[in-house]
Amino acid sequence: MTAPVASNLLSWHKIRPAESLFWVLAVAAFFAFPNDLPLGTQVLTMALFVVALDLALGFAGILSLGHALFFGTGAYLAAFISLGGWHEPISGALLAGCAAGLLALALGPLVVFYNGLPQIMVTLLVMLIGYEAANKATWLTGGDDGLGGIELDPLLGIFRWSVYGQTAYLYALVWLFVIFALARRLIASPFGVALQGFRENRNRMLLIGAPVKWHLIRVYAVSGFIAGIAGAVSAQTAKFVSLNSLSLNLSVDVLVMLVLGGVGRLYGALLGATVYTLVHHFAAEWNPYHWMFVIGGLLVFVVRFARGGILGVLEAVYSRVLAQFRARAG
Amino acid sequence: MDQVLSATSFIVIYGLSYGVVLFTISVGLVVTMGLMRVVNLAHGAFAAIGGYIAVKLMSEMNVSFPLSVAIAVLIAAAISVVIERLFYVHLYKASELDQVLMTVGLLFLAVASLNLFFGPNALSIKLPEFLAEGVHLFGRSVQSYRLFVIACGAALMLILWFILDLTSFGAKLRAAVDNRGMAEATGINVAQLFSLAFALGSGLAAFGGAVGFAILPLEPMYPFKYLTLVLIVVTLSGFGNIKASAAASVLVGLIETAGRYLFPAFGAFIVYFIVIGILMWRDRRLFLGWVGR
Repeated sequence: MTAPVASNLLSWHKIRPAESLFWVLAVAAFFAFPNDLPLGTQVLTMALFVVALDLALGFAGILSLGHALFFGTGAYLAAFISLGGWHEPISGALLAGCAAGLLALALGPLVVFYNGLPQIMVTLLVMLIGYEAANKATWLTGGDDGLGGIELDPLLGIFRWSVYGQTAYLYALVWLFVIFALARRLIASPFGVALQGFRENRNRMLLIGAPVKWHLIRVYAVSGFIAGIAGAVSAQTAKFVSLNSLSLNLSVDVLVMLVLGGVGRLYGALLGATVYTLVHHFAAEWNPYHWMFVIGGLLVFVVRFARGGILGVLEAVYSRVLAQFRARAG
Repeated sequence: MDQVLSATSFIVIYGLSYGVVLFTISVGLVVTMGLMRVVNLAHGAFAAIGGYIAVKLMSEMNVSFPLSVAIAVLIAAAISVVIERLFYVHLYKASELDQVLMTVGLLFLAVASLNLFFGPNALSIKLPEFLAEGVHLFGRSVQSYRLFVIACGAALMLILWFILDLTSFGAKLRAAVDNRGMAEATGINVAQLFSLAFALGSGLAAFGGAVGFAILPLEPMYPFKYLTLVLIVVTLSGFGNIKASAAASVLVGLIETAGRYLFPAFGAFIVYFIVIGILMWRDRRLFLGWVGR
């Protein structure tokens, strides 16, 4: 496990100035690349999804290979809500997210009960059942063709959904910021510290008397809620939902993003989603099979040589430079 | 009545042959996971390599079917030894997450390489003549290929049973699965044993991929496509239990075939639900314990 050192466990309540970097860049990108805002929106929704997985996997150690279940649930529900006649976006996304969270809450006992391979299998199987259900219920989901025709009222009654995607980009950015702040707060809370305790040593936490399973179920539900919001925002901004949002492909993609950025660091989630989505976008004209060389190679490389992902490497380099600097000064 | 008999024989023969192929592909994973507790998601790649090599030998170099299967098995086993030394040795003490990530990475690399060497399309292959004939059985014409696969599987199960229950290699293997530390203390070289078992398992997978090429069609996504089924078998059989894995594979094969034949609208649903049901039933005492808490 690429875990942060124990002394970092309690440091989450301090906000460091470097943390503003991502948000400044995200706002700057809005002005710098007015023609690429749909791509930017995609980056932001994926980042939201990776944050959800980071809470469950990075902080609580729940091995989920089926997180697309909640993303897809949120996406399809947001589409149904809009097609059903409710066009207000924020409440629609919230509703879809809550439904995904409830689904995670219901599945939690089953998932949390297992460890290791059986846990991977249970999350995978439940997702596959959801995928098959969406695939077979063509009258509801459109099956392979996907589901389009999502319409939304202007945001807050003021901002129209423009062709260039300015509203969509800012909408996704605000969602990401709000959810990220909540997730960050959650990690700094005693609940969040307990979760990291389970990840580090489950038996010891049990001996202390912590309600391990109940805590894990709750974080799984929160993670499902966030993934659902991510799916809903993705459906609302893309105005389209496809079966891919419920697939094993997406589940693996989001895992790769998290690992690439750095597991259990929250900002690793943002970094991984950004790098992966952008590289994938610019490699789009390649043969998709060649793209697999890149992903596969990256995964093997990160596990073998760069534990902690990009963020982990940056931190290591930073602390080494700092140490050398201090040694020279002292 | 005739219809019932005909449907039953279809399900039994197709389900059995399907289950047998699943067994040969997944049994190696069952053993290696039992020995080293490595979650190897890339195992199916060896089946694909074996299948591709055998089919290419047959179709492009006119090698006979049995010989090309044998060559494919040997090549796949040799490749597996190299890969084990290069990558898997680093995983034995790693966390499950790291194992999943590394083997998913290898899975992607395998799919990309298969595409590079063999092209992106599924291979369409003609069966060798002696396997393509129809055989009349229970009022229904069955391809002799299916019966051949079942026979291969039965022979393989017998051989495996012999190796595991009656040779000293098998005894050492079982000892190491049950209690690694104890086995090492009695002087068994578990690391060497594992390399052997890994090569054997990969060879078996290649055999399954080569013999089952007409049941599980070969394409670059092969290792991905059948990953779920292989994992289901492994999960149902538990760590290192080969007899259970034979039962689980045949069960999955029969359920899949019966489900697709009798309830085509439900498709793959049935297997998934049954597997979750079996998992929960097997661990029901633990569940009850925790509901009460």
